Amino acid sequence: MIATMAQALNQALAGEMARDSRVIVLGEDVGLDGGVFRITEGLIQKFGADRVLDTPLAESGIVGAAIGLAAFGLRPVAEIQFLGFIYPAFNQIISHAARLRNRTRGRFTVPLVIRTPYGAGVKALEHHSESTEALFCQIPGLTVVVPSTPYEAKGLLIASIRSEDPVIFLEPSRLYRAEKQDIPEELYELPLRRARLVREGRDLTLIAWGAMIPLALKASELADKAGLSVELLDLRTLAPLDEAAVLASAGKTGRVLIVQEAPRNCGLAAELVALLAEKAMLSLRAPVLRVTGQDITVPLPKSEDFYYVNPERVWSGIQRLMEF
Amino acid sequence: MIIEQFDPLRGEVFQVLDERGRPRPDLEPRLAAAELQHIYSLMILTRTADQKALKLQRQGRLGTYAPGLGQEACQVGTAFGLQREDWAFPYFRDMGLFLTLGYPLADYYLYWMGNEAGLRTPEGLNLFPLAIPVASQIPHSVGAGLGARLQKKPIAVVCTFGDGATSEGDFHEALNFAGVFRTPNVFVCYNNQWAISTPRARQTAAATIAQKATAYGFPGVAVDGNDVLAVLAVVREALDRARRGEGPTFIEAVTYRMGHHTTSDDAGKYRTEAEVKEWEKKDPLLRFRAYLKAKGLWDQSFENDLLDRTAKEVEEAVAKAESVPPPSPDEIFAHTFKDMPPQLREQLAELKKPPQEGHS
Repeated sequence: MIATMAQALNQALAGEMARDSRVIVLGEDVGLDGGVFRITEGLIQKFGADRVLDTPLAESGIVGAAIGLAAFGLRPVAEIQFLGFIYPAFNQIISHAARLRNRTRGRFTVPLVIRTPYGAGVKALEHHSESTEALFCQIPGLTVVVPSTPYEAKGLLIASIRSEDPVIFLEPSRLYRAEKQDIPEELYELPLRRARLVREGRDLTLIAWGAMIPLALKASELADKAGLSVELLDLRTLAPLDEAAVLASAGKTGRVLIVQEAPRNCGLAAELVALLAEKAMLSLRAPVLRVTGQDITVPLPKSEDFYYVNPERVWSGIQRLMEF
Repeated sequence: MIIEQFDPLRGEVFQVLDERGRPRPDLEPRLAAAELQHIYSLMILTRTADQKALKLQRQGRLGTYAPGLGQEACQVGTAFGLQREDWAFPYFRDMGLFLTLGYPLADYYLYWMGNEAGLRTPEGLNLFPLAIPVASQIPHSVGAGLGARLQKKPIAVVCTFGDGATSEGDFHEALNFAGVFRTPNVFVCYNNQWAISTPRARQTAAATIAQKATAYGFPGVAVDGNDVLAVLAVVREALDRARRGEGPTFIEAVTYRMGHHTTSDDAGKYRTEAEVKEWEKKDPLLRFRAYLKAKGLWDQSFENDLLDRTAKEVEEAVAKAESVPPPSPDEIFAHTFKDMPPQLREQLAELKKPPQEGHS
């Protein structure tokens, strides 16, 4: 069936709720409103108000209660309306969701998914455009997942709901309705902690995730015209990272460019550079380069384009990499 | 009904035993002689084990510790009302609650000695690990209460915290959730007057903490937290309300932190000796002992016998905790995720590699 990413996510939620009565959805405006991006649309009609809970406007309360629900035996999927509003819940995510398994030696666990839209490029208000995924990647115990297509979104969300560990599921809002894809109607899982080879190539590797995947693909096409063969790796799970896939591709092409929407400083790209420096030194034929957002507050829509990574910046990064 | 009768907005505080242990006959809970003696023995165990923890800390055998001296009635009284299917979400100064619920003392010591294995609740006990970040456990308790409500389980969930916690955002968010979803929660605030050096008056300008419940749409009641019978009676009533689906209750147990905040703190810097002396007169153990004595349930030989048995039990727990080896590298890596990712396996292998000799 043909679906946008928004519809694919909705199918994943509906399918998992039908399959497993322990799965419940909670968050702000997720019920009759169907969520501000309509990801939970129709769920309250299908599953009732006891499984689709419109909560008070309280992010720490949502995540904190979801931790209690998960430890009690349910499989909560909590929606935080925008990543920019998740920070009041940080204490709950870091001090409890991520570490309850360890601090009780497995007696209590947190099979919880926290879904939230994120990223720039939709001409949004302040606090609606940031990419702060790296903040979560440093926390032991958290799995951080970012889909890049409708097919990926459905399979990765289903796998996240079935995971026994807490998952931060970041949905690039720019991709919700950017693309339609023919996806299976049935439920299917895509593996967590495994990167996806989007396209194979010989000359260089692009590593990207989320909304950077379509940009990287466009840049790859520019490279095709110049006679370059580009390999593109979609990380899908940002933490724990699929190091093997990164190293395999770097070992093959010897040239790596990382494309990251987030600011450069201490972003996930920096971790990838460190990984390649430690484990792929002898395969590299050029320094690992980064094309990233700027180390500034994301500008409001009038000048958002100065901030945002675009295919031309990626293409210019590719040229620098090849000229080394 | 205590909760309806005692109005915190009128400054009323529920009490069964006065400071000399004399009961209000109309309010005395119906408890068998053996139960009363058992409650007393749990309070003695709590105080003895708590004092022992302080000694162990001074000897370098236990880490920084948060003593509970003076709060035994709150802790034991709250826990004694719980049933096996109920859940509890405690805070870090709650040894009496743990011991009353049957948590092994050796495990409790083990955690404060620096081993997470001590936080692994035994199977069959619905007791969350104690929370260190203040108030952060309150939303968890509401989540569990919500889970029970959604699954139509007729249980109650209790959550404990201090007066300082009532200033945190999580306190507000959690109680607000509980009110909105009518969860089967019982919130017990041990108002011990001090959050490290910050007095109760700096936490809120409200006349009582109990009255805060009014704004969340459910009842609040203040109780003499040094009167174990009063705490037990009001907690039981609140738990019954919760189990009947009548929603949450907030209980302010007025007590006093007789000790320092932790073994790293010096309370002499910020509060007067006179204040502490005033509260010594209200000691929860002395009061309950006087009550038992008047009922013919306590005499010196009962006390001596109990103290002997308790001392032995505590020593055995210490020996057991100290016999547990430190967690191995495997153990500290094993529970970060359900399945260990390759990078953790690699770090673990590195950690376990024997040091190379002659390395230059």
